[in-house]
Amino acid sequence: MKREIKFKLNGEEVTAEVESHWTLLYFLREVLKLKGTKEGCGYGECGACTVVIDKMAVNSCLFPVMEVNGKDVLTIEGISGPGEALHPLQKAFIEEGAVQCGFCTPGMIMSAYALFEEKKNPDDEDIKEAIEGNLCRCTGYVKIIDAINAAKRGK
Amino acid sequence: MKRFDYHVPQSIEEALNLFKSLGDAIYIAGGTDVMVNIKRKKISPKNLISLRNITALKVIEKGKELKIGSCVTHEQLLKDKYIEKYYTALHDAVRKLGSKQIRNVATIGGNICNAAPSADTACPLLVFDTKVLIRNEKGERKIPLHDFFLGPYSVSKDEGEIVTGFEITFLPPYSGSAYIKHSRREAMDLAIVSVATRLTLSPEVDIDFLKREAGEKTYSEFESRLLSYGITVKEARIAMGVVAPRPLRAKEAEDYLCGKRLTDEAIREASEIASSVAKPRDTLRGEAWYRREMVKVLTRRAILLSAKRAFD
Ligand SMILES: Cc1cc2nc3c(=O)[nH]c(=O)nc-3n(C[C@H](O)[C@H](O)[C@H](O)COP(=O)(O)OP(=O)(O)OC[C@H]3O[C@@H](n4cnc5c(N)ncnc54)[C@H](O)[C@@H]3O)c2cc1C
Ligand code: FES
Ligand code: FES
Repeated sequence: MKREIKFKLNGEEVTAEVESHWTLLYFLREVLKLKGTKEGCGYGECGACTVVIDKMAVNSCLFPVMEVNGKDVLTIEGISGPGEALHPLQKAFIEEGAVQCGFCTPGMIMSAYALFEEKKNPDDEDIKEAIEGNLCRCTGYVKIIDAINAAKRGK
Repeated sequence: MKRFDYHVPQSIEEALNLFKSLGDAIYIAGGTDVMVNIKRKKISPKNLISLRNITALKVIEKGKELKIGSCVTHEQLLKDKYIEKYYTALHDAVRKLGSKQIRNVATIGGNICNAAPSADTACPLLVFDTKVLIRNEKGERKIPLHDFFLGPYSVSKDEGEIVTGFEITFLPPYSGSAYIKHSRREAMDLAIVSVATRLTLSPEVDIDFLKREAGEKTYSEFESRLLSYGITVKEARIAMGVVAPRPLRAKEAEDYLCGKRLTDEAIREASEIASSVAKPRDTLRGEAWYRREMVKVLTRRAILLSAKRAFD
């Protein structure tokens, strides 16, 4: 069933016609061609699809697209301001060597982004809690935690 | 993915009417069970009716009783200081439930209505003698949570009925509770077995002294002394997860503890009884004998933690 939704995507008001059974992830990747958000498992287990909705990290693979109506959605494509090349989190991930294959990175960064929305000065436990729903099969997580700490110091 | 239409009612009445007029429909709250079930082709509803935008379902009320709306998310519960202090077992449960991303959307109503044998909020709510509030066109009814669970993924309500929330009476002074989930990983793992306990104690010794001890001593110091203070158990609740087709109260163990002095021996005996009431199965996550052994260990630990928290 075709339905119209209005929401904010990466800072811009969007009006779109969607199929009511789509997930947000499908809409982002296959319709809007925003391929930064990844699909790993499709079942809420891996966090590769994490986006930030109304300042909270959410698995877009389980999120009905109809529920974004009226909400504020941020994806990896939207976190750096206009003109600015990379967000401090993105820079920190590169500098600390927290990116290997890179598949988990957008999800990790969105989870960390939501953490900074909630807490200005998170400790290691907060960081671990924020990324507990994000799997990484390459780094062993230590560099990722280092990167989030580095971004915190850089702020 | 199979096609479905998606409806976003703004009130409970509107949702009930939609269900009646649509026929083939199911309710969706956070969708972390529903969307997974649709994707895995376990269900294929023609219509989803979202409860997420009904503000009345999203509040935690602290009036004559504690009332938790069905669409309150696990993250909302986790951040609630009042629940952390007085209903600590529920706090324990949501702290280890899923991941941050799951907790941000998944609801307590969804957890209870889905009725998985491993549902983490079930045992804590059972030890608080929770009542389920259920709405249909005719009005609201209220049933004990204990009677709500029928079996795995099966609850005592018609499909069109909406659970609006959970009612919990305030606990008497010197009550403490705990929930311990035993799983292979800290995060993102379902329980192999879990136990919630709640004690209401009647301390016959100087309370200020006990409070000071509880505050100053380390957990193990306090634990070793706690059992020599001569504290009587006024009320005990023990609930176990993944040991039966549904979350289970160990009533025999509760009755045994009630009126007894809280001693190491009494706690061990209660844990043995709880374990004998458990009827677990062999599954991939764990074998029956192992679950029965772990019930003993977890019950003992949860009782001790509840007793300590009764003086926090
Ligand atoms: C990756 C992952 C990890 C998970 N980890 C855990 C875990 O550690 N512990 C755990 O217990 N669970 C876990 N779950 C399961 C799930 O997240 C929880 O059961 C959650 O609380 C379900 O809530 P929901 O709002 O998403 O429910 P939904 O999926 O929206 O609904 C679940 C069921 O309840 C019905 N329903 C929902 N609300 C109402 C209502 N108000 N009235 C009537 N019917 C209603 C729906 O029709 C559906 O049948 C996990 C799930 C995923 C995907
Ligand atoms: S793709 Fe969404 S959690 Fe794995
Ligand atoms: S960098 Fe490869 S999965 Fe994390």
